[in-house]
Amino acid sequence: MRLLYEENIEDIALGAAVLGTGGGGDPYVGKLMAREAVRQYGPVELYTLDELDDDDLIVPSAGMGAPIVIVEKLPAGDDMIRAFQALGKYSGRTPRGTMSIEAGGLNSIMPIYVAARLRIPMVDCDGMGRAFPEIQMTIFTAYGITASPFAMSDERGNVLLMDTVSNKWVETFARSCVVHMGAEGMIALYSATVKQLKEAAIYGTITLAEEIGQTVRDARINEANPVDAVRAAVGGFLIFRGKITDVDRRIEGGWNRGDATMAGTGEFEGQALKLDFQNEHLAVRVNGEFAATVPDLIAVLDGETGEPITTEALRYGMRVAVIAFPCAPQWREPDALKLAHPRYFGYDVDYIPVEERYRGL
Amino acid sequence: MRIGIDVGGTNTDAVLMDGTAVVSSTKTPTTANVSEGIARALRDVIADSGINTETIDGVMIGTTHFTNAVVERKHLTPTACIRLGLPATVCLPPMVDWPLDLRDIVGGNAHLAHGGHEFDGREISAFEPDEVRDIAEKIKAAGLNAIAISSVFSPVNSTFEEQSAEIVRSVIPNANITLSSEIGRIGLLERENAAIMNSCLRQLAARTVDGFKAALDELQIASPFYISQNDGTLMNADFAKEYPVLTFASGPTNSMRGAAFLSGLKDAIVVDVGGTTTDIGVLQHGFPRVAALAVEIGGVRTNFRMPDTYSIGLGGGSLIQEDPLKVGPRSVGYELTEKALVFGGDVLTTTDVIVAGGGEDIGNKHAVSGLDAGLVTAVQARIMEMIAIAVDRMKTSATPVPVIVVGGGSILVTGEIEGASEIIKPDHFPVANAIGAAIAQVGGECDRIFSLAELSRDEALDQAKQEASDRAINAGAAAESVDIVDVEEVPLAYLPGNATRIMVKAVGDLVGA
Repeated sequence: MRLLYEENIEDIALGAAVLGTGGGGDPYVGKLMAREAVRQYGPVELYTLDELDDDDLIVPSAGMGAPIVIVEKLPAGDDMIRAFQALGKYSGRTPRGTMSIEAGGLNSIMPIYVAARLRIPMVDCDGMGRAFPEIQMTIFTAYGITASPFAMSDERGNVLLMDTVSNKWVETFARSCVVHMGAEGMIALYSATVKQLKEAAIYGTITLAEEIGQTVRDARINEANPVDAVRAAVGGFLIFRGKITDVDRRIEGGWNRGDATMAGTGEFEGQALKLDFQNEHLAVRVNGEFAATVPDLIAVLDGETGEPITTEALRYGMRVAVIAFPCAPQWREPDALKLAHPRYFGYDVDYIPVEERYRGL
Repeated sequence: MRIGIDVGGTNTDAVLMDGTAVVSSTKTPTTANVSEGIARALRDVIADSGINTETIDGVMIGTTHFTNAVVERKHLTPTACIRLGLPATVCLPPMVDWPLDLRDIVGGNAHLAHGGHEFDGREISAFEPDEVRDIAEKIKAAGLNAIAISSVFSPVNSTFEEQSAEIVRSVIPNANITLSSEIGRIGLLERENAAIMNSCLRQLAARTVDGFKAALDELQIASPFYISQNDGTLMNADFAKEYPVLTFASGPTNSMRGAAFLSGLKDAIVVDVGGTTTDIGVLQHGFPRVAALAVEIGGVRTNFRMPDTYSIGLGGGSLIQEDPLKVGPRSVGYELTEKALVFGGDVLTTTDVIVAGGGEDIGNKHAVSGLDAGLVTAVQARIMEMIAIAVDRMKTSATPVPVIVVGGGSILVTGEIEGASEIIKPDHFPVANAIGAAIAQVGGECDRIFSLAELSRDEALDQAKQEASDRAINAGAAAESVDIVDVEEVPLAYLPGNATRIMVKAVGDLVGA
């Protein structure tokens, strides 16, 4: 067990934006919530799974809705607590701690608020190792951990509890209910025992986010190359360096989809890259050939500062570096891969792990 | 005739313009008392041209004074904040992310009350007049009369902010109130921050604007005067006392507007080369493109419209390191005229290289005659490369666009810029900013989320345009001259419904100008 203080939270937020692979919502509001809670209630205890009892019940906390709404209708705080406690009540058990369902973006950091306020452990693991747009897109789904019972609460005090036949149904119902809550709901879902998590969860992702954030910060202080520092911290590959030459966006079914093209610079001079995104970066092609796809992680970083760039912020003329790094190994097992296969997102291509594509480079 | 004045950190520039012609211009050092510097600049341009002050129709002033007050934590009035949105927003109260020293000065007197709206216009909770009245009593008891009022999604519906202001005024008759909906965009903390800063600057604004008035009176200039805003439009003196934050970053804006005017171009990239940095901005329809992301002022995040500029550490005073070759970001800055080789100093700067390359005859050119020709060529190439990359970064497509070069360091631009269709160095480039102030119009904006369940897209666009036009007219534009200059639509992601954010900007000529 170790303690998370304010300064840890800054680093986690920056790392979470890298793991957000362009989506997952700006961690800013989550960072403030976590920071304020830690200021008020003291540091949060971060546990590894091994430090907990197999029977302990862990209930992940998160927010869902439109990222632009959360920057305006800031959470009440009580809404998160209410969803968390409602789930415990419905399960008939007191949760021992909380965790992130999604290591990338806003949701990586919001559970720290719950942990601080309730003075319960935060567990250093998550269900994706990255960010994905839909509730059922977790390793847990593949391992038979159910998203329901599912609790969602708003600032008014409404609590919705759902028990569904599949995780996809949670997504379907919750996505339409959240609109009635003003496009912002605080949720608790995927409750699991530590024993289940030891099998299914992705270990150490909060610490990973923190290390990435710390690396970028150190690189800036030492005037080292922050892009290279991030690449090394995540064990990834430099796919491309170049400038964005075109960005095409469209909204499809409520999702922010599009693609960006880039022209190579330096050692990539003369090469072309195409990046596809749907909330998150999904696939990159170099000179027409796939270079990396989901579920591996693709991050677009500012070429100089190493700052991660969200899909909304991609713009012509930016000088960027594209790195890709392996997803958690669990994603590569058949049941999990189905949920986040490039074909699920509409790319007619086999999934080849990024390190196999780049072996020997 | 119009006089434009730009009060910068170092220089106060003034120009006298007759229609579209520059009659005279001047540069004087900025003084601690801003009004004195303005008076001196005014005296200079008037004396220089020998005109009668009765022929002056308007004086337009651009100033960084209010930005500096926040950055330097000076002359700020303690301010209370009332936020309407309970039960939402509790965990992040007003001023939550302010630097502590600034929060201490402003006082941290924050209150939450019921109210607020959803993105689609529904109420979060009912407005409770008694609750606001109780809060107003507390603020009164604390001896404060500067107040900022924010409400969740007030850019969609501002009625709760307006009702609260009325109640506060009934309790505190001399209350100085800023509504967040009058200033900012979507993003509660950032908009609220701007509203609080506005209220805490109002006393200073009143004093400063009165000082400007006194300076004009002294010179027997009876014409109205205006202050430039950061979107390139003007506000009259009374409006400026009410909304000092709208002057933030008006300097770069005035430069870009001046560049547009001098070149006659409405769509172009502007490269403003100073002593230490080069600022690159984009003109769209004659106005600066607005930054999409939050901008920090004195450590506080705000999100109201600011010009989207990109700065690089390159200017007339940038230092040159020979091996490996490096130009900037370190600079001798204002000490250029002492430290550069051509001015008898011992530091190799970009200005020295340009003189050595024969591009310009400044100072003592013999002091640089021994510079290695290879180095001179390499530095000039590097400078052009740095500018080209920065220009490209600000473009929206690969299509070549005209580039206008202004600012005192313009001599650095010696060759072609890749991706530029042409390079224009207009006359009067050192005072482009004062010219930008002189030629400014007045404007109005609308930034709201529309639910397209009840409205058609065209109806929503019409409503937004109407609202922006009305605001321009309220700000002093002649109704018949009002034009819509920008429309932007952003559909909301992660939502199955049909909600879209529409931003419209309208501008028109000043009534009677």
